[in-house]
Amino acid sequence: MSRGGFAVTSTQTGKPPAPTATGQAVLPSAWSLGLARAGIELKMFFRERDAVAFGFSFPIVLLLMFGSIFHSSYRQAPGLTVAMVYTSGLMGAGLMTASFQNLGARISMDREDGTLKRLRGTPMPPAAYFLGKMLCIAVVSAIEILAMLVLGILLFHLPVPGPAKWLTLLWVFALGLTASSLLGIAITSIVPNARSAHMVISGPLIMLQFISGVYVPWNELPGWLYNLSGIFPLRWISQGFRGAVLPADAARLDPSGSFQLGQAALAMAVWIVLGSALVAVTFRWRRRGEN
Amino acid sequence: MAVAADDMPAGAIAMIEPVEMGRIPDSAVRVRNLRKRYEPIVALDGIDLDIARGEVFALLGPNGAGKTTAVEILEGHRDRDAGEVEVLGEDPAGAGREWRSRIGIVLQTAYDTAELTVAESVRHFARYYPSSRDPDETIATVGLAGRADSRIRHLSPGLRRRLDVALGIIGAPELLFLDEPTTGFDPEARKQFWQLVKQLANEGTTILLTTHYLEEAEYLADRVGVLVNGKVVAAGELSELAAARRATVTVSWRGPDGRQAVQTSAPTKLIVELSERFGGEVPELGIVRPTLEDTYFDLVEGASR
Repeated sequence: MSRGGFAVTSTQTGKPPAPTATGQAVLPSAWSLGLARAGIELKMFFRERDAVAFGFSFPIVLLLMFGSIFHSSYRQAPGLTVAMVYTSGLMGAGLMTASFQNLGARISMDREDGTLKRLRGTPMPPAAYFLGKMLCIAVVSAIEILAMLVLGILLFHLPVPGPAKWLTLLWVFALGLTASSLLGIAITSIVPNARSAHMVISGPLIMLQFISGVYVPWNELPGWLYNLSGIFPLRWISQGFRGAVLPADAARLDPSGSFQLGQAALAMAVWIVLGSALVAVTFRWRRRGEN
Repeated sequence: MAVAADDMPAGAIAMIEPVEMGRIPDSAVRVRNLRKRYEPIVALDGIDLDIARGEVFALLGPNGAGKTTAVEILEGHRDRDAGEVEVLGEDPAGAGREWRSRIGIVLQTAYDTAELTVAESVRHFARYYPSSRDPDETIATVGLAGRADSRIRHLSPGLRRRLDVALGIIGAPELLFLDEPTTGFDPEARKQFWQLVKQLANEGTTILLTTHYLEEAEYLADRVGVLVNGKVVAAGELSELAAARRATVTVSWRGPDGRQAVQTSAPTKLIVELSERFGGEVPELGIVRPTLEDTYFDLVEGASR
């Protein structure tokens, strides 16, 4: 009566196994969904003509303009032209436009048009969303940087990079992209709505480009201003790109006499850590005021 | 035999008791004393809800009654200040991916993924779920088969809402949330949408819908809860709610001093008395029962006062 009875009752009274526990497919991994999201993000990006025109082509158009206007050489480095310097600087600006500005504007839009709300109501893991966004932006940024490099080589006689320079280009791109993307995600927490996203994001970015030696050559900026730009990542990304694409004697134009690649790597790494922390603390899935 | 028969119920009780203590075992939604406040407004002032599996439940109420707040808490989109909430056996506030794969949400005002086509969007969202409905069949179910390759930005608002339904049901949810699904629809689109909801309900999906249209609740819902100023002022089958009020009818006639009207729950008795008084025919006799709409407005106004 006792033991047998208990055995029977315990199996029958235990909660019935949840229908999902067995016999049903498992939830897809964050990685595979991240790749799937990168696919649709890229599709949506290149189908939005104004985004492609503004965010993507703008740095390339600027490069063509500046490169065509300025082509004198430097006294200190005879093989170096102003057009080449603009190419390296605008590659830095192009990377930040493609990643920081694009991500900031697109995530602000996602928060407003219901994308984030819809995704939070599905079993998609949050990591898949960020992975998809970052992969999409990585592809867009890579096309941007390569296009500028090819134009620089074809039109402004930039030397074709050797293996060592390619390696530099690669890590500057990877670190710069990660830092700018994280900051692009983080800045959306202070964007009140998608309409003002361009003002909040592009405004500071344009100022940053001026003080970081993108538009005004860094050796013509007041020392304190150029030092101030060292707080932000763009100056180090630009400096990294100078090291990657300019002839070696261009280093003489730098106050320190070198491209300071070690410091550039360190500065970008610090921004990656800071950016990750900012995203983790400030990211909101909801619109402002929804809680 | 007698001993065995005596043993059976005892065993049966032992088997049943520990399962769910004082709960409806097949409950899809269980809410007790749910509270939410946006200073200084009290959005939800302690509401209780029970929705059984397979049921279509309508949360009915005027704009600003707290319907969306309540539903968003159940969906896991909003935090609550106090109260117990259980949706498909879990607390939405801490529920994970597995739980989310069992619910479906139809958004009210989304305009996302405008650059994708209908088919691209539905196929993509199908990938999120461990087992989903067939995307093409789902697109046909919501009546978008002819527009499968249209960019979403080119859909009219009514067709856009159908896509939202497709995305809400693509994961074959056990429980579907529809928050004011037909606001802004023309009558024809509303009828078609109702057919679609009926069809989903017939397939066994539990549906929680919010609406401020009485006829929508009447057409779709098995049971309704009337929410006014953050309180559930009535809950049950609409016919029951109506019946409670319809018991009182208004009898009117022309008497010596002009037109007279009396509200009574025993109209036949009154009419017999009147008939005796007038010696047969009662002049201009009228009997009016409150419509469902009268009942609803009485409820809303009574609670607002």
